[in-house]
Amino acid sequence: MVSRPSFRVGLTGLALMLLTLFAPLSVQAADDEALRAVLAQLREASFSEKATLVETLVNMDHPRIAAILNALAAGNLYYQEKSNQAVISLSDEAEEVPIEAAVTGEALGTVTKRDLERIIANNRLRALIENQLASLGLSSADPQQRRAAVEAFLRSPKPEGVSRLKARLEVEPDKKIQELLTAALALVDLASPDAAVRAPAAKALGGWTQAEIRGPLLRVAAEDSDLTVREAAKAALAKTEFRLQLLGWAETLFFGLSLGSVLILAAIGLAVTFGVMGVINMAHGELMMIGAYTTWLTQQWLPVNWSLPVAVPLAFLVAALVGIAIERGVIRFLYGRPLETLLATFGISLILQQAVRSIFSPLNRSVATPDWMSGTILLGPLEVTLNRLVIVGFCIAVFTLLWLALQRTRLGLEVRAVAQNRAMARAMGVRSARVDALTFGLGSGIAGVAGVALSQLTNVGPNLGQNYIVDSFMVVVFGGVGNLWGTMVAGLSLGVANKLLEPWSGAVLAKILVLIFLILFIQKRPRGLFPQRGRAAEV
Amino acid sequence: MTKTVPKTLSWLLAGALTVGATLAHAADTIKVGVLHSLSGTMAISETTLKDTVLMLIDEQNKKGGLLGKKLEAVVVDPASNWPLFAEKARELLQKDKVDVVFGCWTSVSRKSVLPVFEELNGILFYPVQYEGEESSRNVFYTGAAPNQQAIPAVDYLMNDLGIERWVLAGTDYVYPRTTNKILEAYLKAKGVKDVDIMINYTPFGHSDWQSIVADIKKFGSAGKKTAVVSTINGDANVPFYKELGNQGISATDIPVVAFSVGEEELSGIDTKPLVGHLAAWNYFMSVKDKANDAFIKQWHTFIKDKKRVTNDPMEAHYIGFNMWVKAVEKAKSTDPDKVIDAMVGIEYPNLTGGVAKMLPNHHLTKPVLIGEIQADGQFDVVWKTKGLVPGDAWSDYLPGSKDIIADWADPKIHCGNYNTVTKKCSGQNY
Repeated sequence: MVSRPSFRVGLTGLALMLLTLFAPLSVQAADDEALRAVLAQLREASFSEKATLVETLVNMDHPRIAAILNALAAGNLYYQEKSNQAVISLSDEAEEVPIEAAVTGEALGTVTKRDLERIIANNRLRALIENQLASLGLSSADPQQRRAAVEAFLRSPKPEGVSRLKARLEVEPDKKIQELLTAALALVDLASPDAAVRAPAAKALGGWTQAEIRGPLLRVAAEDSDLTVREAAKAALAKTEFRLQLLGWAETLFFGLSLGSVLILAAIGLAVTFGVMGVINMAHGELMMIGAYTTWLTQQWLPVNWSLPVAVPLAFLVAALVGIAIERGVIRFLYGRPLETLLATFGISLILQQAVRSIFSPLNRSVATPDWMSGTILLGPLEVTLNRLVIVGFCIAVFTLLWLALQRTRLGLEVRAVAQNRAMARAMGVRSARVDALTFGLGSGIAGVAGVALSQLTNVGPNLGQNYIVDSFMVVVFGGVGNLWGTMVAGLSLGVANKLLEPWSGAVLAKILVLIFLILFIQKRPRGLFPQRGRAAEV
Repeated sequence: MTKTVPKTLSWLLAGALTVGATLAHAADTIKVGVLHSLSGTMAISETTLKDTVLMLIDEQNKKGGLLGKKLEAVVVDPASNWPLFAEKARELLQKDKVDVVFGCWTSVSRKSVLPVFEELNGILFYPVQYEGEESSRNVFYTGAAPNQQAIPAVDYLMNDLGIERWVLAGTDYVYPRTTNKILEAYLKAKGVKDVDIMINYTPFGHSDWQSIVADIKKFGSAGKKTAVVSTINGDANVPFYKELGNQGISATDIPVVAFSVGEEELSGIDTKPLVGHLAAWNYFMSVKDKANDAFIKQWHTFIKDKKRVTNDPMEAHYIGFNMWVKAVEKAKSTDPDKVIDAMVGIEYPNLTGGVAKMLPNHHLTKPVLIGEIQADGQFDVVWKTKGLVPGDAWSDYLPGSKDIIADWADPKIHCGNYNTVTKKCSGQNY
């Protein structure tokens, strides 16, 4: 089940529009006038007056109501002085926007936004509109809209709605929505003056973790005048708390996994360049940054929903080319001199950062999240954010592909051969210089791919790389240099450990504790979790 | 995007030219130092302010300069490096002999240059909202003090939105810590209980907000209306807001009011999931006012990009710069001592329809506006203070500072930290 914040209004609005399409056309002229009058009032009204006007609008029978209310909630309803009427902006652009007349829907061309005066909605008004629109979807054929309608009722339970909910409960085919309906009715009963009604209602509400239900229950448990009701509410709450506790643990585990997968993504490219080749590449973070900027560029040309699948190979290519250029231009002269490599690549990282500042400006770029990656999904009882879930999956995919590339391809074989014994590999006819360049390109390309994932989580700006470089090295060193599996295990365990510590110690201390643990661990096992054995380890 | 390359180059050229011009005829111009980071982490916010000052100087020169002389910008780059701020400030004052400096963003950079300005008797205009608890003779604070931003915002949440439970979330450094201390004391004075306040600090650039947002969600589901008061700084805001949107917390459930998120920061975010979250500032680009329209037009012409936004610290520089011009005209000299004395009491119209006045404590009178984020990255004003609020350097809600006042105009006090109980000035200069 997917629920998206802005989706709710949009869908129910659509349903409302469909409903009102059937309104007879003959009365429209008169209706238009009435609507104009209300809209004219809306412009001058205070927020509380606006709330009344919105209720008036909802009760009006006019095909444009849904569009107008949606626009008001989204901040797209304007007043145009020139034509003396309310207009709807059809785009969120900051400057020039196409508009249409609010009442007739007639297109009015493109205007400068500063010539329009926005009819402002505040949070309370927006919630009201959302609820009003949602509650109309109770008899919709789409279970999602029905659920939204019941949820809207939960947010502001009113006795007037009870009869409709009861009627719906009789015919509702969906089991989950049935349960929700029952809970909604119990919530109304909880406010009943009769203690004999309140007590069973409180009992029925146990186990519901939603704030809309748990909140009133908490109040009743603390403040109700009747002892049996208080007891019932407390027992019900105990059930809720137990569920919440379990959910909390599951949630922490998922958070840890998802942080872990981000760490792995950031570190896995480094595991190739640092781990396999032994190059300390301080510009690794900037290669991720390049990947993230590639994503942004793709979004300038392609619709947001399609941009990511295109951005992944593109980011790989761009970052890999930059990586190869760095290897051929600088690093190959410095093999075997780790300190110089470190300094040189640090310099490169600064150059790349400032280059991005000059080309794209120092301001962050806004990378939009595609629809299929926003919102939450229910995994059993656990609500999981979709973007994190996608990134966990993406991490597994990248890891598998890289592993296959190293284990099953000719290049992989050569890479491993050169890493294990360069002289011997060369004697066997492996062109080690070419292999070095390609390996570095591979590691850099993977960093670019990680950048695509990061663009969905954090700022796309010149500093993106810096924020991840320390973490990446941490993961690789902890996992054991030169071992992909080590990187995987290290990333996951650091992620989970961080998330387990965080609620208990706070984010700042959690980071410090993990770092201290790592330092102590490296003292004990300098080669990490899974050290390379054999001759390669000595090189 | 590639269009910006020539622009940057032209800046470099302009910078080089100014340096050249400096050497040529030093006495013919009045020099204005610009001390904003153009590289490093803070470049994201500070570059815009450098451009603003250059625009203001340009404008003043078109009007014929000041005291019959042309103004000349001396731009340096402290590179988001706090000790470097002090070095560059010294360079500006001693080597370039600038008459005034506009600069700094973070509190730590201000604290780092403060001794330099006091030692060399320079003038600094500091344009960003900050934590207060400071008043130097050599600094003019054109941004908001806590009582001009944080306290009114909390009042709005409490009285107009009926908030009963509070999350104070901030980045772990001096501004959020001090502001939250003030807010906590204020909330408790208003009868909010300990259990209804949750305080959370995160490191700079924190990017994994999952568990903190989940905690906020849990904290907010206890049946009382909850709000987040955010002093989260800079880059960390984007992932924070993204996580809020992803976990389905909309502004109608738990509103977030931010003190460090403005139009500039929002231009790097997809704002659709954020509609309705709040920010408290003394200026919004969306405010309808003739002066504001003219300022925005001027900015767009100067920067040659119609998509660029204006924000609160830019207005602060606009007011500060014009006040300095008036003070120099009044003193008929750029001598720091004369200008500093002339500054107090100067009035200049702000961009939202009021008049800013420089107070004896070197802070301004400002209106406080609460805005809600819109889908186009702008804010709509949903509430504003009745009149202008005078900036208070020393908070009335902290035990250590409530008896302290700053007054640089009264010859009997002439001090930045005068204790009204002991009738004494503590030894420091600020």
